Amino acid sequence: MGLTFKDETFRDDFTYTNSPQNIRRFPFPFIEDQYRYSVNIEPHTPGPKGSPFEFPFDIDEHYVSEMRDRALVLEADPLRCQALPHMMTAQWDMLELVMTSLARDYPEHFTLHRDGAAWHWINRPLGIDQKFTFLDASTLPFEPMEYIGRQVQGDFSIQDQRDNQLWMDAGIITSQADWSLDFDVGMNFFEWHGPVPLAHEAGVFERALKFLLNLQVGKPVRRLNWTMTINPRLDTSPENFHKWGSDRMTVTPENVGKKVHLRVEMQGLFRLPRSNAILFSIRGYLMSLEQIVTMPKWGRRLPRVLRSLPPELIEYKGLSRYREMAIAYLSKYDDGAPTSPGGGPD
Amino acid sequence: MTLSTIKSRPIYPGLTPDLNARSNIVVSDKAGADAVAELLSRGDENFAKRTTVILADALADKDRQAIARELAPATIEFHATLADGIARLRQLLDGAPMGLRLYAAGSETLIGFVVQAGGDFSIDHLSIRTEHRGTLMRRVQCVHCKTFIENVTTNPVKCTHCGITLLVRDHYSRRLAAFQGVCIDAEIPGDIPPTEALYQ
Repeated sequence: MGLTFKDETFRDDFTYTNSPQNIRRFPFPFIEDQYRYSVNIEPHTPGPKGSPFEFPFDIDEHYVSEMRDRALVLEADPLRCQALPHMMTAQWDMLELVMTSLARDYPEHFTLHRDGAAWHWINRPLGIDQKFTFLDASTLPFEPMEYIGRQVQGDFSIQDQRDNQLWMDAGIITSQADWSLDFDVGMNFFEWHGPVPLAHEAGVFERALKFLLNLQVGKPVRRLNWTMTINPRLDTSPENFHKWGSDRMTVTPENVGKKVHLRVEMQGLFRLPRSNAILFSIRGYLMSLEQIVTMPKWGRRLPRVLRSLPPELIEYKGLSRYREMAIAYLSKYDDGAPTSPGGGPD
Repeated sequence: MTLSTIKSRPIYPGLTPDLNARSNIVVSDKAGADAVAELLSRGDENFAKRTTVILADALADKDRQAIARELAPATIEFHATLADGIARLRQLLDGAPMGLRLYAAGSETLIGFVVQAGGDFSIDHLSIRTEHRGTLMRRVQCVHCKTFIENVTTNPVKCTHCGITLLVRDHYSRRLAAFQGVCIDAEIPGDIPPTEALYQ
């Protein structure tokens, strides 16, 4: 695997960058030169070796530093991690799925020994060695979702299923694209997506919900979503909007390539076996425009996509202040040549 | 009630009597009392006899007497504040038997607290019959410091605790019984649009 974990920051001096090998595996979300709203769900089956789709939960060079940033967020705001009381079984489902996946897929970094309910978890990158009793929360230092959520990249929410609806009744959310778990916990699928424009009218959420209600154990699905973020900041929460919102005004034609980041979410959905809940993983990837254009296909495509966005989406994603500058910067890398289908680099 | 494109924003279809319920609890304020009277008039005398009305509002004696006459023969309890009325509701729900139907009529804040209390006793929010009457004032949670700001009449509104000027969104949390307030001048501090009295 050869993963070397970087020591970097997502706040203050923002030292985060992608290594050249990590740029190539970035899950560029645009499969054509024009943006269009769609459910775009596909089976979360193993992808090419080394790609972010290879395993159910992708660990990369940013792992250790992202977990450090999550700990800082949770220390300042414990409400970023919440579970309603009936979600304990689902929490254990999540812990089991993540631990067994990581131990199987990254054996040099994670080990899980199981002897009945006596489990022994070893996380070498974070220096954790924990013996505990499965399904006995008193044997872990945190509740199960928070315990494992502090050790795996990506935000997670857990959806209970009842009355032909999904209810967001638990989550550990520290690097969100401007939505509040504390406000949304307990809402149903349509309610927590309430503020999203256009998609309700297009019937996207009704179709997506119908599909997800029938999700089967062992057949996870995934989709890509995206937004843009100024600076490689993980914590773009509404709670802290008054601290990061003004970043949008700091973009200039000189710094746009460094400051503006494409933020891609690989969203995975897993049916959980005991609780029948659905685990939703929101695995975020950040890349500056100047790193994106190192892949010529992406440099050609991104300005074309940004030009094609409907106004409601520009507003909703908070791009209004700097989209034109981003297009101007990126256009220098668009020679007008046709691009190949799909999101991957040529 | 304003229409909204935000799907989390509650809608209040109006009160209709459930003649099959074994008992009814209605929570109302002064403005909602007319809706309760209409509800009772649509049921029969037995419906009214099975009904307890919690009237939570500061009322003059003559208003109290007029409402008591209007809503008879339902059992009426008067509570001087919404908080007292909701505390009483929780007490009744704690000992409530099967077959209870819950109603709420009045301000959005009152309805929100009734639905929140019902949720704490596993009563599905869609089973609670609601009618909005009277003020449009909102209960807003500041997303930044988590303070609840009561009786909000304007947008934007200043947080009473942290002082941030908040855009009042239509995004609504039943669990918190509140609309969401988010910093309105985060991008350019001080760039605040004129205050509009939207929720009188």
